[in-house]
Amino acid sequence: MTCHSTPQTDPDQWIICEHCDSLYHAQPLNKGESAYCLRCAAILDRGHRMSIEQMLALSIAAGIMFIFANVFPVISISMKGLHNEVTLWGSVEALAQGQITLIALVAGLAIILAPALQIALLFWVLVHAHRNEIAPGFKTCMRTLEHLRPWSMLEVCLLGILVAIIKLAGMLDVHPGVGLWAMAMLMVLIVLIAGKDIRRLWDELGVEPE
Amino acid sequence: MNGIPYAREHKVILCHVCSYVCPEDAHDCPRCDSRVHRRKPNSLTRTWAFLIAGLIFYIPANVLPVMFTTLLGSASENTIMSGVIEFAESGSWDIAILIFIASVLVPCIKFLVLGMLLITCQRRSQWAMRERSRLYRFIELIGYWSMLDVLVVALVAALVQFRGLSTIEPRLGILFFGLVVVMTMFAAMSFDPRLIWDAEVEDA
Repeated sequence: MTCHSTPQTDPDQWIICEHCDSLYHAQPLNKGESAYCLRCAAILDRGHRMSIEQMLALSIAAGIMFIFANVFPVISISMKGLHNEVTLWGSVEALAQGQITLIALVAGLAIILAPALQIALLFWVLVHAHRNEIAPGFKTCMRTLEHLRPWSMLEVCLLGILVAIIKLAGMLDVHPGVGLWAMAMLMVLIVLIAGKDIRRLWDELGVEPE
Repeated sequence: MNGIPYAREHKVILCHVCSYVCPEDAHDCPRCDSRVHRRKPNSLTRTWAFLIAGLIFYIPANVLPVMFTTLLGSASENTIMSGVIEFAESGSWDIAILIFIASVLVPCIKFLVLGMLLITCQRRSQWAMRERSRLYRFIELIGYWSMLDVLVVALVAALVQFRGLSTIEPRLGILFFGLVVVMTMFAAMSFDPRLIWDAEVEDA
């Protein structure tokens, strides 16, 4: 293939592999296709699986599921006539005791704050992108989304809930709560919408470099 | 090696936040205003620092109890390993293996792999570069699953609060364990996988 553009003059025509610094000429990808780096085998780019409208719809669904997952208890237990239940916030609070409070902050970030911010920011940028507008504070929102991604741990939390259920099932009566089902759906939604795919908005909205 | 050009040869840098191809002399990405670096700053030193901090915290994380249980008057303290053994003895092998992988194997693999990557990069080794890149992506992927035990302790401690009958409380060990996870995550983030490939280029 011949190309007359250089990376300096046409930056959006080029892709750099973030794992090995290889430079490639960008190729348009169809839905379901992925481009891999020939040098280090990392994924360079993926074809978009969803339209902006679909992502917006899923982010609204994620918002609703987030509220359900946080309002309703995820597990309830009973023992000799006594009854107790726990919400996500309740489990974070249980860690906030004396010397170990610091870890409550990490847990709170991982299972409540980071997902909540991700959903809110995604909704904000997508609702504007849907109308072909660049959201106010777009750059800050997009940067924050990138930095939040590694700290959002809903998958781990879901597995944690399942392990806790099995752990307690040996000594008491355990019942999964509504929050658990909401949590399971929320996890799937977050995996679908909170990936690197959102970076496409930079190109699709035509955010001009200064 | 295989003729694919490096970005640095064309005087461009990748923005890690928005994937923009920035000119080499840029301090901030022209598109998203994030700081851009040709390589992550002081990558090797920072990764070593986080890795060693993680290793130090790993000792109290395993020695100190993570959970304190009272059941009908009898009290017991559990460390991470004794929790795994308890599961295995009660017959739930699957859960024992799951917790063992998340709490013991994953952190150990991260320590070993990051340590190996740091040493090979410092020696500018050209050994198995493709495989080492894959290993880096693998530990980035598995890293945060170690938070599993922290979340399980949080849930269980919040649930089992029956005064006089049975209570479960978190203990100091879980703080150190959580810090191990955070430190190894920081270590993986501050490592720059492009350093693996820099060994191929003459002047770095």
